[in-house]
Amino acid sequence: MKSAVVQLPGLNRDRDMIAALTKISGKAPVTVWQTETEIPDVDLIVIPGGFSYGDYLRCGAIAARMPVMQAIKAKAEQGVRVLGVCNGFQILVESGLLPGALMRNASLKFVCREVKLQVVNADTAFTRAYAKGQVIRSPVAHHDGNYFADAETLKAVEGNGQVVFRYAEGTNPNGSINDIAGVVNAKGNVLGMMPHPENLIEAAHGGSDGRGLFASALDVIAA
Amino acid sequence: MIKARVTVTLKNGVLDPQGKAIEGALGALGFDGIGHVRQGKVFDLELQTADKAKAEADLKAMCEKLLANTVIENYSISLA
Repeated sequence: MKSAVVQLPGLNRDRDMIAALTKISGKAPVTVWQTETEIPDVDLIVIPGGFSYGDYLRCGAIAARMPVMQAIKAKAEQGVRVLGVCNGFQILVESGLLPGALMRNASLKFVCREVKLQVVNADTAFTRAYAKGQVIRSPVAHHDGNYFADAETLKAVEGNGQVVFRYAEGTNPNGSINDIAGVVNAKGNVLGMMPHPENLIEAAHGGSDGRGLFASALDVIAA
Repeated sequence: MIKARVTVTLKNGVLDPQGKAIEGALGALGFDGIGHVRQGKVFDLELQTADKAKAEADLKAMCEKLLANTVIENYSISLA
């Protein structure tokens, strides 16, 4: 399957994401700059992590208003898979493609460590390689990953099975409501998550727990 | 030209860890009787128009589209 990685000023995890996608699918992704209004014909669009626009105003707020996001919205409506990691997740909630908001970590500190994630929904295009309830390792690195949604939105997100990952075993690093680490849209083709699965895909990383996510999204068998 | 001030604050019920930290710091400085502290943002804007109604409509659109995240924030607009 073909993939694309979106690039915006201030994103800095794009190279890690390109490496992960290339290693797992065997094909290098195309890169798409923020001013582009059309996205090539791909099966997966990834918005990587970083600090787009220096996190000015709110994390992801300015990136979410760039022309490329209109093109991504159109592709998402057609059913193309979209994955946002870290700042990519913040951009997806700011653009309205995903419900809720990501706020300053409850500790007020930047957290850079490893957490445990429980796969809450293994029935999505992004998590088929995992078993429901499986606990995987994943690195996190963020200052604003505190997921929030009002009571009504939260009820809908929980009720529809849109919570895909929860921080497990007391490792919630940011105060996220209900330990939410990743959510999918109602249609199931847009996933946002704060943890960085692209940084745990091979022995050199000390593990490959993140590989299943890309193997699922790219329709390749998990290695 | 019209000068405007937009104030963006967190909605009630949205946790504000920064406000909480400020609340604690004020207490540590010896200020007694501090209730809740909530942190917000202020934007001062200049609009090249004399039409107040248009300015207000434009500012409302700016708040809805960019200045506030209405999932978690409220905004108020005042014209100088």
